[in-house]
Amino acid sequence: MHRFDEMHLEANAGLRAHYQNYADWLSRQQAESMQAHRIEAEMIFRKVGITFAVYGEKDEDGSGTERLIPFDLIPRIIPAHEWHSLQRGLIQRVTALNKFLHDVYHDQEILKAGVIPTEQVTNNSQFRPEMMGVNVPSDIYSHISGIDIVRAPNAQGEGEYYVLEDNLRVPSGVSYMLEDRKMMMRLFPELFRSYSVAPVAHYPDLLLEALRNASPQDVEQPTVVVLTPGMFNSAYFEHAFLAQQMGLELVEGQDLFVKDAYVYMRTTRGPKRIDVIYRRVDDDFLDPSVFLANSTLGCSGLMEAYKAGHVAVCNAIGTGVADDKSIYPFVPKMIEFYLGEKPILNNVPTYTCRNADDLKYTLANLPDLVVKQVHGAGGYGMLVGPASTQAEIAAFREALLANPSNYVAQPTLSLSTCPTYVESGVAPRHIDLRPFVLSGKTVQMVPGGLTRVALKEGSLVVNSSQGGGTKDTWVLESDRS
Amino acid sequence: MLSRTADHLFWMSRYTERAENTARMLDVSYQMSLLPQSAPVAQMGWQGLLSICELLPLYKSKYQEVTAANVMRFMVSDESNPSSIISCLRSARENARAVRGSLTTELWETQNQTWLEAQRHIHAHNFLDDPAKLFEWVKFRSHLSRGVTIGTMLKDEARSFMRLGTYLERGDNTARLVDVKYKAIESDFFGEANGKDQEYDFYHWSAILRSVSAFEIYRKVYRDVIRPDRVAELLILRSDMPRSLHACMEEVVSNLSIVSDNLRSGTQHKAGKLLSELKFGQIEEIMETGLHAFLTQYLDKVNVIGESISADFLVAS
Repeated sequence: MHRFDEMHLEANAGLRAHYQNYADWLSRQQAESMQAHRIEAEMIFRKVGITFAVYGEKDEDGSGTERLIPFDLIPRIIPAHEWHSLQRGLIQRVTALNKFLHDVYHDQEILKAGVIPTEQVTNNSQFRPEMMGVNVPSDIYSHISGIDIVRAPNAQGEGEYYVLEDNLRVPSGVSYMLEDRKMMMRLFPELFRSYSVAPVAHYPDLLLEALRNASPQDVEQPTVVVLTPGMFNSAYFEHAFLAQQMGLELVEGQDLFVKDAYVYMRTTRGPKRIDVIYRRVDDDFLDPSVFLANSTLGCSGLMEAYKAGHVAVCNAIGTGVADDKSIYPFVPKMIEFYLGEKPILNNVPTYTCRNADDLKYTLANLPDLVVKQVHGAGGYGMLVGPASTQAEIAAFREALLANPSNYVAQPTLSLSTCPTYVESGVAPRHIDLRPFVLSGKTVQMVPGGLTRVALKEGSLVVNSSQGGGTKDTWVLESDRS
Repeated sequence: MLSRTADHLFWMSRYTERAENTARMLDVSYQMSLLPQSAPVAQMGWQGLLSICELLPLYKSKYQEVTAANVMRFMVSDESNPSSIISCLRSARENARAVRGSLTTELWETQNQTWLEAQRHIHAHNFLDDPAKLFEWVKFRSHLSRGVTIGTMLKDEARSFMRLGTYLERGDNTARLVDVKYKAIESDFFGEANGKDQEYDFYHWSAILRSVSAFEIYRKVYRDVIRPDRVAELLILRSDMPRSLHACMEEVVSNLSIVSDNLRSGTQHKAGKLLSELKFGQIEEIMETGLHAFLTQYLDKVNVIGESISADFLVAS
């Protein structure tokens, strides 16, 4: 199998051009000084409180559940021309996904045309019938889209980008992208003098612009809030961080109430009307009068206000139907259907186990495949065939056979690697990339995104809940470095 | 601003201030315990401290005997005591974390750092070896937190709710500090006035003055020997003494006027009334009615004002 490393050419043939400067610099650094920087970075992250919570786990002293996400000092560098093509592909993809969402909740042209089997959409647990016929401002459903990109060698050994999955519900991680950059600039200012790295710090500005654009009312100064499940949520740091960076109130369900189909928050000076809710709470918990009745994370009557067009919810309710892994294989067709264009970004070939042929293929090739749950997230409940024991594969086969339509399978991609600090020194580790695509008046993003790295040797699972770390992502302003 | 946010800010400041004042109070008792005295007298000193903090029942349910080491542990590192220094610092940090977006980055980092260091100072080392050093550290972190608040926070409602918390708590704590003496007397160990007691009085009142950094201030203001009524006057009635009841209530009233509108005059009325009692009160009158009775009434009123702030602003209506 081919391998692809972001820094090194194959078979000790040297370095990729865009890493040359960095590698020279790295070779001049003392091991002790790099170690000191690692410790410094960890101390700063602790002090700043950039932590995430792991459900059901305790710290060493048993007191809390706050963990640091490991931060790696070696950046992932993307040359300008690669980013330009990625960016075009991302804009195209997100545009089509938004058109798809509007379509399935209105005329369902794509289903009538037979491009996607109707029952696969309407029987999907993420399809929200409550959203049928509801008009959302500018027809935008997914204001913030996290598109997971991986790179793997093609037959010629060249690195090729693939979309691994779309995250259109409440994608997280952008705060790490921003904090990682801040950290790198603090630790290694000299590197930023020799490389022209595209800045990312204006992300909160772009986000605020997209959120204000979503306001359903013709209000001069829409009141935008961030809705968090609270400080025990694993991404609480990010919610608080983004609210602060944008100067918005960070609200919880208990702070909200609905009166006459308008949403208000309780303030020290009485109720204040809300126009836009950037929610970091899943659909199911948003409105106990419509969805899960025992949820205390949302606000009763929210859906009524939303349908009346009195408040915007970002992302819209019901976006899950477009990022579901059983819908994913149809995204290239959506692009052709809505935009009349060829997809710029590739999908990973996917076997949908609800189809008898695909199931048969999957069962026959389990040791070579990655099998995921259709609604799974966070790297839980998946099988990485090549990394699993026979017993694990056998157990997974049972689960798969019990409910085939709950699974999709993909070939195990040899994800690209990037040199990474590990205990034994610097070694290649697999990485992915999550750019955050914002849809407002236009579709835009800051260059790069969050690079996640699987710190365990050979591991392909980059999720932080599975011991993944992060790296700063550099998009170069020009191809010369 | 959000009622819940205001509530967290208010309590963040209260707990920070409480940790500081607990350190101050313990410091006084610790200094006093170093004076030559009989074991029962020393014990009553510690018991007085617990009782003034309304913690005697909880203490008794956990420890057999009232000893210096036990009380110190209970008040510093015992996480089952909600008023221990470690519990106060944890609560301050948890409240800060719940609204970290409403704090400046520097203020959040200060609160977070205090908590991280507190665990090291209190758990990892044996603070009983050098309690004074720990108390210094607690005071210093509280100074820092207040300084960062004033130096970086926008002068808006958020800051006013924090200031409200600080001064309401401080007024309460200063009153308790002055009352500690009474609790000890009540238990009859200071029964007859004799030379020894007067000498003891000097050390007691000067320890209280020192605990609120007011020993030199006392000399400067009164140019006199240490007299209990003057200490009381300084810590209760003088508006220029930053930890006095009068000064604290002035701040409470002025911050209330920033966060209130006309609809919510109940709290302002109560606070204003208490302020004028302190403004026009005379120490002779207070001593006549009895210092302890006066302080007990004062604590009740502060409690009512706290509840009233909560009902008017903090609990979502």
